[in-house]
Amino acid sequence: MAEEIKAEVKAEVKSDAKAEAKTEVKSADKPEVKKPEVKKPEAAAKKNDKPEMSIPYQVSSNPHVRAKSSTGSIMLMVIISLLPAAGFGIYNFGIKALLIIAVSIASAVGTEALCCLIMKKKQTVSDLSAIVTGLLLALNLPVTIKWWMAALGAAFAILVVKMLFGGIGQNFMNPALAGRCFLLISFPLQMTNFVTDAYTGATPLAALKSGEAVNITDMILGKTSGTIGETSVICLLIGACFLLITGIIDLKVPASYIVSFAVFVLIFGGHGWDPAYLAAQLSGGGLMLGAFFMATDYATRPITKWGQIVYGIFLGVLTGIFRIFGPSAEGVSYAIIIGNLIVPLIEKATAPVPFGFTKASFKEYKKGGKK
Amino acid sequence: MNKIGERLYNGLIKENPTFVLALGMCPTLAVTTSAMNGLGMGLTTTAVLVLSNLIISILRKVIPNRVRIPAFIVIVASFVTMVQLLLQAYLPSLNDALGVYIPLIVVNCIILGRAESYAYHNKPIASFFDGLGMGLGFSVALTLIGALREILGVGTVFGYKITPDSYVPINIFVLAPGAFFVLAFVTAIMNAVKSSMEKRGKNVSKFGTGCTDDCSKCGKKGCEHRFYDSEASAENPNRKKADEAKKDNANGKEDK
Repeated sequence: MAEEIKAEVKAEVKSDAKAEAKTEVKSADKPEVKKPEVKKPEAAAKKNDKPEMSIPYQVSSNPHVRAKSSTGSIMLMVIISLLPAAGFGIYNFGIKALLIIAVSIASAVGTEALCCLIMKKKQTVSDLSAIVTGLLLALNLPVTIKWWMAALGAAFAILVVKMLFGGIGQNFMNPALAGRCFLLISFPLQMTNFVTDAYTGATPLAALKSGEAVNITDMILGKTSGTIGETSVICLLIGACFLLITGIIDLKVPASYIVSFAVFVLIFGGHGWDPAYLAAQLSGGGLMLGAFFMATDYATRPITKWGQIVYGIFLGVLTGIFRIFGPSAEGVSYAIIIGNLIVPLIEKATAPVPFGFTKASFKEYKKGGKK
Repeated sequence: MNKIGERLYNGLIKENPTFVLALGMCPTLAVTTSAMNGLGMGLTTTAVLVLSNLIISILRKVIPNRVRIPAFIVIVASFVTMVQLLLQAYLPSLNDALGVYIPLIVVNCIILGRAESYAYHNKPIASFFDGLGMGLGFSVALTLIGALREILGVGTVFGYKITPDSYVPINIFVLAPGAFFVLAFVTAIMNAVKSSMEKRGKNVSKFGTGCTDDCSKCGKKGCEHRFYDSEASAENPNRKKADEAKKDNANGKEDK
């Protein structure tokens, strides 16, 4: 099979070489044509039996087909999709939530601008990614946290996780979640203090863990305690649907994440087939926020199709382990961060067979290393 | 006298074992949870380093080249045992705080590195001050890292509270990740200062101690020209030539 392909390619090269020779003669005949090399080979290629296989003569580097979307426009979509959850958080927890969100965004944007200035890099603030990081981080914080802690977390996320590793697209883990974990380790008391004027009880997940009953309707609507953005499943799903419809994200990662987590809970949860328990586990904590908005981050998820599914399953199983067997009730943020770290391995294992290889020959090629 | 000053300056600044050579990372990251621990570890290592450098330098013509590493280890281990017994007797609290990292000084790569690259090729007095410079450089680095971690993570320095009451300590800095953050940032600042000094025309390249090659630019594989070569000493004519060439280069740069 591989030999056949090689032979075909050879034939193509030969025929193209002929075409080139022809065009050279032609261009010599008609020197008044300015750039014959560009146009003529295309005409010659059309005469070939398989024009789609012909090798073009002047190739610009990819991408050849451009969409109109830019980093900025995608980030704007993500911000819009997060607005319902953020709005509900402010409605639910009061004006303090707005302050936390504003401080977090301001700190993230300020840190990025400052970093670009000090590192003498092109300013990347205008691509809005820092705003997304700040907003996501704020949605992952409890409303009781001190404002400077939110600022510190956002600054850490941008400076250490994003800018020091090369800026947007180079971050090895999700900056917002890294910021959250930094705060969680640094300020364990403040980060798990969910007692507000409106809600004095534990978060639904903690209640679930200690065996108390929870109200599923409230959890889906969001009228529970928790971090600013994670409580309302409905608002998060509205935003997620917006992202899915506009094509910013697809279902591979979130679906495999949520389904594998559900299966894990069914098997190891200790409640058997109990739809109420399962629904509470699915809609509690940061699962929806994590699955749709943070696990799907372009820079930190695998790029291969099967890789994304493996990644989702890995996250689901890890979240299940943390929630059911771990000491704390929540495990989404650590699961996604650990998942981010093994993304390169997943990508390596699920690399698709490139054009011109068969499955067997590609395996051989990978074994033999670079030739 | 000039040589002594040069050795101290070399150990403290130019070839600071922690920030420039990046040696001895295990104690650097593990015991610097407070300024006191950092200082204690640094001074303990300094004592071992100075004495082992001195003895190895005195014995350098007696130790056969092929068994020199075991010989170094025996000398270093003897001093570590002595220091540990002294610490247990007179500073039991520090001994408890440093724990297993005191016996681990035996395998501290700064000590073996200085023995291998300096003391084995140089005279006792110079080796003594080389050890002192390196040890003080290590102590300063560890104390600095320890102090920064203590301020950020606990809010105190050497046990004295210096931050206002409203400050909430950032816990992560006394945990393992904090050590990496602080070390990385201090090293980055050190490199920034160095590069700005270089721009102003100051020569801040490493002194050629022991092997004169810069390891990152050395084309030779696995230091074979140094390790199992009985001629590999300061008296080696090739080494001298290389040194002279380097000095000429440096002079040329200064002329420009």
